[in-house]
Amino acid sequence: MRIHEHDVIVVGAGGAGLRAAIAAHEEGADVAMVTKLHPVRSHTGAAEGGINAALRDGDDWELHAYDTMKGSDYLGDAPVIETLAQDAPEEVIQLEHWGMPFSREDDGRVSQRPFGGLSFPRTTYAGAETGHHLLHTMYEQVVKRGIKVYDEFYVSRLAVTDHDDPEDRECHGCVAYDIKSGDVVGFRATGGVILATGGDGQVFDHTTNAVANTGDGPAMAYRVGVPAEDMEFVQFHPTTLPSTGVLISEGVRGEGGILYNSKGERFMFEYGYANNAGELASRDVVSRAELTEVNNGRGINDEYVYLDMRHLGDERIYDRLENIIHLAEDFEGVNPVEEPMPVKPGQHYHMGGIETDENGETCISGLYAAGECACASVHGSNRLGGNALPELIVFGARAGHHAAGRDLGEAKVQTGPSAETEAEENLDTPVEPGAIDAANEDVAADGALVEPEEVVEYAVEAERHRIEDLLAHDGTNHAEIREDLQKAMTENVNVFREKEGLKKALEVIRECRERYQDVGVSDPSRTYNTDLIHTIETRNLIDIAETITLGALAREEFRGAHWRREHQERRDDEWLKHTMIAWNDGSPRLYYKPVILEGENKTYEPKIRSY
Amino acid sequence: MSTQIQEQETETETETEQTSEHQTRRLAEKRERADMRERAEADLSDADEIVRLKIFRYDPEVEGKKDPRFDTFEVPFGKGMTVLDALIYARDHFDSSLTFRHSCRQAICGSDALFVNGRQQLGCKTQLSDLEWPVRIEPLPHAEVVKDLVVDMEHFYDQMEAVEPYFQTNELPKGELEEQRQTRENREKVKMSTRCIWCSACMSSCNIAAGDNKYLGPAAINKAYRFAMDEREGEDMKEHRLNIIEQEHGVWRCQTQFSCTVVCPKDIPLTEHIQELKREAVKSNLKFW
Repeated sequence: MRIHEHDVIVVGAGGAGLRAAIAAHEEGADVAMVTKLHPVRSHTGAAEGGINAALRDGDDWELHAYDTMKGSDYLGDAPVIETLAQDAPEEVIQLEHWGMPFSREDDGRVSQRPFGGLSFPRTTYAGAETGHHLLHTMYEQVVKRGIKVYDEFYVSRLAVTDHDDPEDRECHGCVAYDIKSGDVVGFRATGGVILATGGDGQVFDHTTNAVANTGDGPAMAYRVGVPAEDMEFVQFHPTTLPSTGVLISEGVRGEGGILYNSKGERFMFEYGYANNAGELASRDVVSRAELTEVNNGRGINDEYVYLDMRHLGDERIYDRLENIIHLAEDFEGVNPVEEPMPVKPGQHYHMGGIETDENGETCISGLYAAGECACASVHGSNRLGGNALPELIVFGARAGHHAAGRDLGEAKVQTGPSAETEAEENLDTPVEPGAIDAANEDVAADGALVEPEEVVEYAVEAERHRIEDLLAHDGTNHAEIREDLQKAMTENVNVFREKEGLKKALEVIRECRERYQDVGVSDPSRTYNTDLIHTIETRNLIDIAETITLGALAREEFRGAHWRREHQERRDDEWLKHTMIAWNDGSPRLYYKPVILEGENKTYEPKIRSY
Repeated sequence: MSTQIQEQETETETETEQTSEHQTRRLAEKRERADMRERAEADLSDADEIVRLKIFRYDPEVEGKKDPRFDTFEVPFGKGMTVLDALIYARDHFDSSLTFRHSCRQAICGSDALFVNGRQQLGCKTQLSDLEWPVRIEPLPHAEVVKDLVVDMEHFYDQMEAVEPYFQTNELPKGELEEQRQTRENREKVKMSTRCIWCSACMSSCNIAAGDNKYLGPAAINKAYRFAMDEREGEDMKEHRLNIIEQEHGVWRCQTQFSCTVVCPKDIPLTEHIQELKREAVKSNLKFW
């Protein structure tokens, strides 16, 4: 049995994972990264916009915190939001000191630009490829420090003790499948395991997320007892290309791009979706308008609408939007100088995720999470543009420091089932959610193994059995299950949500779970078996889809990215609380914990989110 | 094993071209492709709505795949479909063991550089309508094949690491929250070099790299260029970096065939960067004479 031992294990090597690894290394820890993609392949690289940080005179962290709280529609936790705003400037300057090629002002200082929902132009950027530069700059620092990277190692199980109360459980490591050799390998972490696995957009059939974004971290954490938080909050972007989900930047509409339906009508005005802002209304408003047009028979091919920028003229297009021409041509086969671009809403970002405190720690000792897979919560019900990248570096760094032993003070955010203030008693689900059998398979064993080495060895054995079963079994191809799951999610848990549709989705998810009982991997090879990897991922997608849908069914209000046909108001009297879902050893249980609106110097009073 | 199917680049030595020309050329290429696409679409009758893919298959441990072969897949064609889309379709509908790397689908993760109809390109960024059919898809030449279209990237990563691919300086500003200053011109100077996505298309296309396993290769040299030309590192560090790329298997091995520049999916003027480093190295050596 191969077992590698390190002080800190970081799972995933995008922005949050890289920053966490560097931070743990700064503390003197022996740190290793275990990642299913080589670090530079991570989806952080696709981020375009920038990094919000209060760097300049006239701006300060309290303004950044206020904007973020308002953008979150008062569902973010003040201590976490304030931590983000306070730490972001130092982290951005740190990136500059590591050589990140930021765009520059005439005086040689880093540039900042205005972004939606911000009261000060504080979005620090590096061209239109800020994420790419952030990712590569931090990977360079990992190389410089000689941090060990196990790349193309797919972590598929956590090594956690099986105490009854998740808050008593301890994480001692994880298990990974070596993609190139087919070996099942144990990783023992004496300090902690940090999950930084990124998004889970593959739950939907149309997303800007990478194919690798399958929610592995959230699904694994959920199944060992860490509650999933605010899972119903999913951000959809209104202008993505229909065949691939590639994002067409808001810049096109910013420059004057117009949205048309199949009748050639400028529907944002024609049908009164946004009589003032028109095409420049907020992401959720434009996304819903587009789908309404399609649903009313005014879409093209019953699928998309047109985004037209031809009237801007060749000169302006080539000058300011040249990259859009390449994107539309390369990924959709359309030349936007001569014809309008087809666009439709696509899943873009998940606000919800693994419940953590502001130090990145979960309720299970030794288990951390940071970045998009985590929910601390910074973004509440809606993320502002430019706030994803600072989250990666701020909370990646904190999780890394903490796991390596630095004292960051007591967290203000309470985690774990003990933080519950209210149970959800009346959720009307058409089918039982949760595991079909082997309810508690993901924690160590019956009889509470507690010796760390034994916990890891047990997990390796359990995972080896699971993989051998999958390889030996000639059953349903996971791709069929995944496709049906994704379609059901896009049809029913998209920008429009209503009770009946959500219940329908839960039924399909249940069917997918049942079919998955018979899943099999037809590629018999031990070498680079992506069939096996995708099959394991699909199980994670099922669990994540279920939590999103349960949360969406429970939350009977309209807040941020979550819209319900039957409930068109934000209801602060009842819903200033986080939706929590505990796996509960296979029988998911919903409960709530309050939002923290008390900040360091003030209490945030909920106001109407208008701009 | 390696496919070693060498497609000779016909381009021979030319003078260093300018970035603006490069830009113009790319746009001209785009127009040309648009025309070609129009013709292709006009030609499509119903029966042609199927695209045939001839895909390289190999698995070192599976009977019947130990000897490399080509499999043919017939995939329904739709407007906007890329090589990657077709591969995914073939895998998900016909053969789940068909293996290739891919992730972002938008030419930023650099996972899916392939040898398509005899040229290195990203599968996700290549429209089927721009290609001659049937489409022949192979792993990158000059790299060990792991399985099907997956090649071993270790050698490429080793070369990248050999050039100390990280920012180094001894003089950081002392003030709180104070950044290093960099002129816009200098940022512009390194801009194209920072766009590399480590796809290794350049390395695969390079005849010199094919014959000299120790040659740093275009991507690694470009990485060195990115730091050597960054004014924030200072003159001493630039000297140090020039020493690295001037070694026996460094810049002087480049014979300016431009094949790397031609295949780079991010339009980085790689050959130009290598040439500039040669000039810098000469200048720097002259200083000590």
